[in-house]
Amino acid sequence: MDMSNYLVLSALLFSIGAATVLLRRNAIIVFMGIELMLNASNLAFVTFARMHGDLSGQVIAFFVMVVAAAEVVVGLAIIVSIFRTRRSASVDDVNLLKN
Amino acid sequence: MDTSVIDSAWLLVVVPLVGAGILLLAGRRADAWGHWLGVLASAATFVLGAVYLLTLLGWDAADRVVDVHVGRWFDAGSLVVDVGLRVDPLSLTFVLLVSFVGTLIHLYSVAYMEHDADRRRFFAYLNLFVAAMLLLVLADSYLLLFVGWEGVGLASYLLIGFWNHVPANATAAKKAFIVNRVADVGMIVALMLMFSSFGAVDFASVFAGAETTDTGRLTAIALMLLVAACGKSAQFPLQSWLGDAMAGPTPVSALIHAATMVTAGVYLVVRSGPVFTLAPDALLVTAVVGAVTLVFGAVVGCAKDDIKKTLAASTMSQIGYMMLAAGLGPIGYAFAIFHLLTHGFFKAGMFLGAGSVMHGMSDDVSMRRFGGLSAVMKVTWVTFGLGWLAILGIPPFSGFWSKDKIIESAFAADGGHGWQPWVFGLVALVGAGITAFYMSRLFFMTFHGQRRWVESDDGSGLPVRHPHESPALMTVPMVVLAVGSAALGGLLMVGGAFASWLEPVTGHVEHHEPVLPVPVIMVLTLLLVLGGAVLAWRQYGASTVPVEPPVGSVLTRAARADLYQDVVNENLVMRPGQYLTRSLVYADKKVVDGGFMGAAGALGLLGEAVKKVQNGYVRSYAAMMLAGFGVLVVVVLLVWN
Repeated sequence: MDMSNYLVLSALLFSIGAATVLLRRNAIIVFMGIELMLNASNLAFVTFARMHGDLSGQVIAFFVMVVAAAEVVVGLAIIVSIFRTRRSASVDDVNLLKN
Repeated sequence: MDTSVIDSAWLLVVVPLVGAGILLLAGRRADAWGHWLGVLASAATFVLGAVYLLTLLGWDAADRVVDVHVGRWFDAGSLVVDVGLRVDPLSLTFVLLVSFVGTLIHLYSVAYMEHDADRRRFFAYLNLFVAAMLLLVLADSYLLLFVGWEGVGLASYLLIGFWNHVPANATAAKKAFIVNRVADVGMIVALMLMFSSFGAVDFASVFAGAETTDTGRLTAIALMLLVAACGKSAQFPLQSWLGDAMAGPTPVSALIHAATMVTAGVYLVVRSGPVFTLAPDALLVTAVVGAVTLVFGAVVGCAKDDIKKTLAASTMSQIGYMMLAAGLGPIGYAFAIFHLLTHGFFKAGMFLGAGSVMHGMSDDVSMRRFGGLSAVMKVTWVTFGLGWLAILGIPPFSGFWSKDKIIESAFAADGGHGWQPWVFGLVALVGAGITAFYMSRLFFMTFHGQRRWVESDDGSGLPVRHPHESPALMTVPMVVLAVGSAALGGLLMVGGAFASWLEPVTGHVEHHEPVLPVPVIMVLTLLLVLGGAVLAWRQYGASTVPVEPPVGSVLTRAARADLYQDVVNENLVMRPGQYLTRSLVYADKKVVDGGFMGAAGALGLLGEAVKKVQNGYVRSYAAMMLAGFGVLVVVVLLVWN
């Protein structure tokens, strides 16, 4: 099978993730978009690792997973704490830091 | 020859300085005894000075210049300056004059300032003055001299403005300070020129270097020194401050603005003699400045009704004589110092007399409200009279010996050739006549003629005064100075003693023949002096003096206004200067500040515009990041291909 299909899929997933982040207001959904982008990049890394026969890409994919896990922990904690104080999970309500 | 005695010369400066320090730092605690400490410090310097004089007199004339090395001041690359004192006949003459007259005036002030709450501060400043003045005359380099120079300027400023709760006095102090700063620029430039020409600023190196330096450079140095001297000695055109300086307490006028500090300019010129002698043009300028000031002061003195301002004008005129003598070159140096010495005595005596008169006349200064005081203030009258005879130059009083010598030397200017002897000689001669007139006017208006005051109000409109003789603490210094005014000149003149005493400094000079025979000059001078005195007696002694000053002629009005010196200064220097600074401030505000503020404003506006982007919505930030990433990718791809 042509490896470039994986790359196309990766690009598609990344675009969907980016669109989710940009367009949706619910913080949980935005989070999912971010996860989607991270995994799209993981897919691209693994694909390139296979294409070049070099394990570095796979190693980096693991790193990304670790970072993503950590980020989920911190991110969700922030979302929960914001929800507790503001009774909303909309990212547009968290706009105090401006101008 | 053992110089170990002289090695302690630094005490001369340190003793009064410590006195001033104690008086200033001890504060009100020293109010009770502070004035006596001041007197003691001053008297101690006189005793020290006398010891050094006796030591020097015991040596050969050739050995009488002693340099005392005190320590290294600073070492800045090629400029190394040591703190050193030069004890020689010239500096010792000044030390004795300053400390002797100073001690008498300290003593006088104890009584004169008795009712002043700030008497202790007054004595602290007086001691500070003595210390600075002695440093000035003892310094062995121009830089150290400059320290003393500024020190006396500071003391003068503090003492003119001693009663600074009166705004006019504070203004007078400021005026004196500022005019002196103008002159100090001359001193600083002279120092720079010396350093660039000789690489040193001590007397020995400068005088040695002067021998081999071109005349142009020496003329520049000498002229700059002359500018400095003009400011300190109130010589034309920097004379305007001296009249206003009379705002200070009278003992200050006597000590600083008559006997000692104002003569520092003459000292500077004579001390720099080796430089001036090699720069004939600068000498000529010095003589011209002296001649102009001599007449200027004399004319002003004829019209003033304020007793202290008349004496100030007279001081200016007499220092003009000294400058003229100094400007005559080596033949005049010794006579300049000689006249300085006798003048120090009789002028200080007369100022103290004026203070005594003011003391008895409720601090009035207008001579038009005096008159007939000889009957009530006998000691003041006699002592003042001796000073008056001395300044007139009546033989055998002091002034005769010194002023006559200056007039004689003026007639021998430039070796007795050309126009100089005639011009300078006649100016000095006529000046003596005018001096006789205005000093006699002062004397007769104050002590003789009708009383223009009353003991009790009789409805005549005249002021009520209760004149009385001053206490002994005030009259004793006056008596001592009067004895000096009478006898000092003659004593020092015996066998040319003073001139040969100064010879190690001023050098030996061959006698030049004046263009007129000496007896003729002497007779002419005496005739003019008598003429001036008789004229003054007819106008002010024998006839009625109006209490309200008459309008007077154009010349009188001009002389009353100090020949419009302030108007000239204000229109020629002050207003253009103010205009310049104001336009510079305006330019600074509009152009420099305007540029910066404009740039800052533009950046601020840019910030205002850009901050709209910061809207707080995470999604728009994410969109921007994405767009930025997109641009980055495009750029990278473009560069890659």
